[in-house]
Formats: sequence, structure tokens, C-alpha cells
Amino acid sequence: MRRFWVTSCLFAFLGCGGGDGGSGGGGGAAETAPLGNASISGMVMFSGDAPANPAIDMSEEPECAAKHTDGPTNPIVSVTDGHLANVFVRVVGGLPGGPYPVPSEPATIDQNGCLYVPRVVGVMVGQTLAITNSDPLLHNIKAVPTENRLFNISQPRAGMTSNRIFTAPEIMVPFECSVHGWMNAYAGVVEHPYFAVSGADGSFTISGLPAGTYQVEAWHETLGTQSGDVTVEADGSATLTFTFGG
Amino acid sequence: MMAGVGSGEWGAGTARHRFDSLKWLGVVVPAVMALSLLPAPCSLWAQDLDRGKELYERWCAGCHGDTGAGDGEAAAFMLPRPRDFTTAVYQVRSTASGELPTDDDMRAVIDNGMPGTAMPGWADKLSGGERDDVIAYLKSFSRFFQGAAPKPINVGRQPGRPSEDDLADARRIFVDELQCVRCHGDEGRGDGASAPELTDDWGFPIRATDLTRNWIFNGGGTVEDIYMRMRTGLDGTPMPSQSDAVDAGVITDEQLWRVAQYVRSLSPDDPPQRRDVVRAALFEGPLPSGPEDTLWDDVEPYYIPMVGQITIKPRWFAPTVDGIWVQAAHDNQNLTVKLTWNDPSRSPDPEWDAFFQGIVETLTDVDAPHVGEQGPDRIGVQFPLDPPEGLELPFFMGGDPRHPVYMWQWTSSPDRVREGTATGMGSFAPIAGAPQVAHSATFADGQWQVQFTRVLVPADPSVAVPFTPGEPLPIGFFAADGTGGEGGVRGSISAWYAIYLDVPTPPRVFVIPIVAVVLSAGLGFGIVWRAQRRERGA
Repeated sequence: MRRFWVTSCLFAFLGCGGGDGGSGGGGGAAETAPLGNASISGMVMFSGDAPANPAIDMSEEPECAAKHTDGPTNPIVSVTDGHLANVFVRVVGGLPGGPYPVPSEPATIDQNGCLYVPRVVGVMVGQTLAITNSDPLLHNIKAVPTENRLFNISQPRAGMTSNRIFTAPEIMVPFECSVHGWMNAYAGVVEHPYFAVSGADGSFTISGLPAGTYQVEAWHETLGTQSGDVTVEADGSATLTFTFGG
Repeated sequence: MMAGVGSGEWGAGTARHRFDSLKWLGVVVPAVMALSLLPAPCSLWAQDLDRGKELYERWCAGCHGDTGAGDGEAAAFMLPRPRDFTTAVYQVRSTASGELPTDDDMRAVIDNGMPGTAMPGWADKLSGGERDDVIAYLKSFSRFFQGAAPKPINVGRQPGRPSEDDLADARRIFVDELQCVRCHGDEGRGDGASAPELTDDWGFPIRATDLTRNWIFNGGGTVEDIYMRMRTGLDGTPMPSQSDAVDAGVITDEQLWRVAQYVRSLSPDDPPQRRDVVRAALFEGPLPSGPEDTLWDDVEPYYIPMVGQITIKPRWFAPTVDGIWVQAAHDNQNLTVKLTWNDPSRSPDPEWDAFFQGIVETLTDVDAPHVGEQGPDRIGVQFPLDPPEGLELPFFMGGDPRHPVYMWQWTSSPDRVREGTATGMGSFAPIAGAPQVAHSATFADGQWQVQFTRVLVPADPSVAVPFTPGEPLPIGFFAADGTGGEGGVRGSISAWYAIYLDVPTPPRVFVIPIVAVVLSAGLGFGIVWRAQRRERGA
């Protein structure tokens, strides 16, 4: 009888302790040479009259309000001379199979003037996202994904950096701040490195591609998603234009 | 079994069980260790998913939904909503922000419930095995549970009792360093500047917890519980984790414990006890002149629990005000009654419009469409107009045609009290002539204090109740928070309690016991003395 109990206890202790054989993958992989030298350079346009972005009442946060000399607005649709910023562009088809090496450099997102900078950021699965607070006051950075695990981090002081990693691709992971309800940002989590975010001049570049034909998608937080195809020669460059309407 | 050992002879061959323990260890233990390398979610080993499903569908699905999405039939009546298990986002955990709960975390919430919400404790209804079967079934709602089991965070020990300096430093951290006051407010009552815009991960309006009511904190109200909530955050809500701030050196772990001790100190030592009779203290000198008069500090407060009004449609299942404190005093001329309750918004308040709209969209479809604007805050105090006969009291909601009530109805905007009678909800008839009840209301840091004063003997007792010292009188209360979507018959109510105006203690209360003791002792001694005298004489 004692044999039975001792054996059972051994099973219980060792069996419950085990089960964690796999170690996490993750960042820090060595950089390897890109797959190719071709690139897609593109432009995102906005046709029609740009909608007025809503004003933000920052009266509760004078230190943030002081960073906006023109009175802060929420840059939901950011149009400059007919060019649309903050569009997340990525290759969705035509790539050779992975896995793709994860860069050791982190992607970054900052809280500055009580706004997220940048508003839209791309990061690879397993790549570190470094979240910083440049405001001398409390922000909480709260990610609300569906394919990944959430986080909600209090950053009460300027100079704090918190690092997080997403383990699954997701278009897009929303960020918000509970203290400042107008703050929103989005992260595109991709398995490969062939993505970009359009700048204030609407331009974007995706490089390091082998020759081929690619399907590309462009996402905006309120104006929807558009698709386009592009073919690049080895060591060459091709252009791609997206136009979002008002 | 160990017959061979100790007898000095291994090879005797006479023992029927030649139990060689060394050989046993050499074979069995490595086999067990090899098996332990197989990945196995340990807690599911022994659980019965079929029984868990059956129990879930009987006890849980009505609120949590058949697919575990928090959308059961009763969910539409609730705020906060029942947990959505499909996202594996859990508030009360011992693991880091974003991590799954441990099995013990889930057991604790099922056993204890979430006080202040619709989730009851099930410790009396489910055995441990049944509860664990349900947990195994809950995990099947989300693929996230198929990964590695979560590990609790490392937690040190709570430091000893805080000194005055410790609490002062903790208060400084609460206000300036961690800036908890942004949501929880200066006095912790949930009226911070960012409180009006808070929503949970599903878009429902959510309140920053009133830190003065630890008996309904999610996850418990001890210092350890509070510390864990700050370390891990409450996933699914705006409440973040402070672990990164501690790791970054913004504060030390000991300072976080001190903040937990400070937060605990905002609530009373014990949860308020319900008592049936509110005693109005007899004052020899002047009565308190207003709600903030320090004379009130010597008057005992009585806690009156309030519940949502779910008797008359449109019903209300998620009230803001769940208890009011009542103090009363009189000087044989006037009675003064002070009510104190927490409400993060002074309604109507445009800053809370988005919150109000969220409540309207979430809750009021149940019985009737809601009016489009925030109403004021309200308090009602009612007494039976006629002396109650036996145990029969007026219907507790505004009386009934056979038993009218006399009421004081106060609104925050305009700041006034109406005095009158009613024979049911919606039948209020203001008193003719000048009102005899005076009032004074103040609002500060998420708390209302409203004081009513009236002469004991009214001019016309057919429309106003006399207050008689020494005679208990039934009393009841109604409250509404305009910002919370309340007004009309939507709000919270109390049962009938009683108010008793103290009378001076008559001298006979002290004299009679002394006389009784003297007589009894005298009689006793007399009997013994006579018995002893007889004995000596015999």
C-alpha cells in the first residue's frame, strides 16, 4: 500500500511541475542578410476635402497643453497637401515562405504631449516594442488586442520605458490611455518585415524584397483598407499609390 | 512488506515478499521523471468536462451565456456585465498584467463571488470537485488556456504597521507619484478628473472604485488584496499594473505596500452593520446648524443599505447609491436629520454626459426608453402619515391608497425640498401652504451631505407627521443619481426602518435595580441568618 502512495505522490509532484518544456522564442535573433534588394516606394493620397479633426480639451493637463502651440486636435485623419499620413502598408501575398529573422532593434512608441507618437507603428511578431513616456505625468498604456494577450501598464513618470512582445500576427492592436480618453494608437503586428507607415508627406518604402509580384494592403483607422498589386525586378524599385476618399 | 530488511538475512527465501526497495527506486523513479516531461496542464488531469458543462449550463449560463461570452439572458440587466470567458481576460489574479489567472485565482472568485456585483459566492452550493469541473469547462471557452500554465508573481511580505509618517508618504505617492487621484479622486470616492470617461474593454461605462468601501472591492478588501490588485492590474478595466513602475524605480515595493495600507485606511475597520432603529440624540444645547457643523461629529451614524428599485416598472438593476448614512438629533422642539452618501457626480453634470449615454444605451432598454438628459440627484425620506396599526405598514414604495406616506423629496438641481404626501409612486401631493421642513445640502469630493430640519409638532397633523420623543416611527429612503441614468421611479430604495427620538433616562431606571438588589440581598441574608440561628439553638 505504501508503494502505491509514494509512487502516486511522485507522479503528482513531478507531473505538475513539468509541462513547461518549450522555451519562448522571441527577439534577439541574429540579423541575416535581406532576401533581396528590390523595394516598393509608394504614396498615399487623400482625395476631396480633408475632414476637420476634433479639438482636444487638455485643460486638465496644462503640461501637455503647453506642448501644442496651436491648440491640440486629435489627428485621426492626417492630411497635408492631399497626402495621407498614418496609413499602415504591408505585403500580404507573394512572399517566399518564412520564418523571417526578428530584428533586435525594438520598435518604439512614445507618449508626448498627451498623444501617442507615432500614432501607427509596425512591429514583427517576437520583436520588442519599447513604450516610453515623455510626459511628466501619469499615462497608462493599455493594449486591447484579440489575437494577443493584453497589457495595461502604469507609467507615472517621464523617462520610463516598458518593453513588450506580441506573439501572434494581428492587424491592428489598438492602444488607449484611460487617464486621457482621446489618446489612441495602433500597432500592426506582422510575421515578416515587409511593412511601412506612411509619413506626413504620404510616402512609404518597403525594401529588402526579392524580385516578384506582391499583393499589398493599406489600412487606415477610419477610412478603411485598400489593396494593390505591384511587380518588382531584382535590385529594382516600383511605385504604388493608394488613394483614400473623404 | 519490508520483512527482509532488518532481519539480518537477505537471502533467507522464507519471506513471501522479498521487497527490494533499492531496485524499486531505480526503476520507478526514472520512469516517473520521464513521464513528467510530457506537457500536461496539470489542473485538467482529474476534471470531468462533461460534468463541468452540465453544472455551467445549470448555474452559470443564465448570466454568462451558453458560449461563455457574458451575454446570458440576465446580462442585459447588469452593470458590470458578467465576465466574457471567450477572451480569457480576468480581473482578479495573482499573475502579471495580461496573463491568465491561476487555478487558485479562479477558485477564489467562484467561492467568494464579487461583492457589489451580481456574481454570488458559490462555496455553499458547489463542492470543490464540482467547482474544479466548472473551471475546466470555463477554460475550454478560450484557446489561450491551451498554452503554458501561468505563474503567480513573486510577492514579498507586507511590512509592519504603518507609522504616521509612512501613511503621510503613502498619501503623497497616492496623489503625486502614482497619481491615483486622477481616476479615484482626492478622497478616493471615484470622482477623479478622468473618472467620467472610463469604459471597460467591452465599451461599457465603468466606475473607478470608491476606495472608502473595501467590503465590495473586487478580489477582497484586505491590505494584501489591495496590494495584489495594484501589482497585477485589473485586466479588462482601466486599472493598470504598477509592476513596471516598481521595476523602473519610480517607487519601491515597500512603498507600494504602504500605499495599499493607506488605501485600506480609507475604509472603516469593519463593514457597516445594519441596524433597525435610527436613534435621534437628545441635545440640551443648540442643534447642528448645517451638514458641516462639527456638532454632528458626536452623533452616531446609522448605515441604511439601499437596493435597486425592481418592483415597479421601469425597473432598475444597477443603482449607484447602495447605502446612506443617517444621523439624527432633536431638542424637544425640532428634529434634524442628516443624510450622507457617496456619488461621484453632482448631477446633472455635462462632463459626465458620455458616461450617462453609455448607461442609457446599456441598461434602460429593458423596460422603457429613457429620457434623453441627465436628471438631478435625488433623496426621498418617507414616514407613514397615519400611526401604523399593528405590523401593517404602507407599501414601502411611496405608500398606497389605504396607507399614505408623508415625504420630503429633495433634488440637487434646483436645490430644493418638496414636502407632501403620497399614496403610491407618482402620486405625490405637495403640502398646502408654506413648507415646514428646511434643508441644507453640500457636495464635496464625491459625497453629498443633506440635512433636513422640522418642528416636532406640525401645524396640520393631517398632512404632516408629528415626531414624538419616546415613540418609534417608521422611516424609509429613496435615492437617485441623475448621471447614472436614474430618476422618476428608477433609483435605489430602502426597506422600512424606524427612527426613535431619545428621551432623557428617567431616574427610576437607576433606582429600581438598586432597590431590587437591596431587597433580594436583604431577603437572602435574612433567611440564612434565621436558619443559622435555629441551628445554634437546636
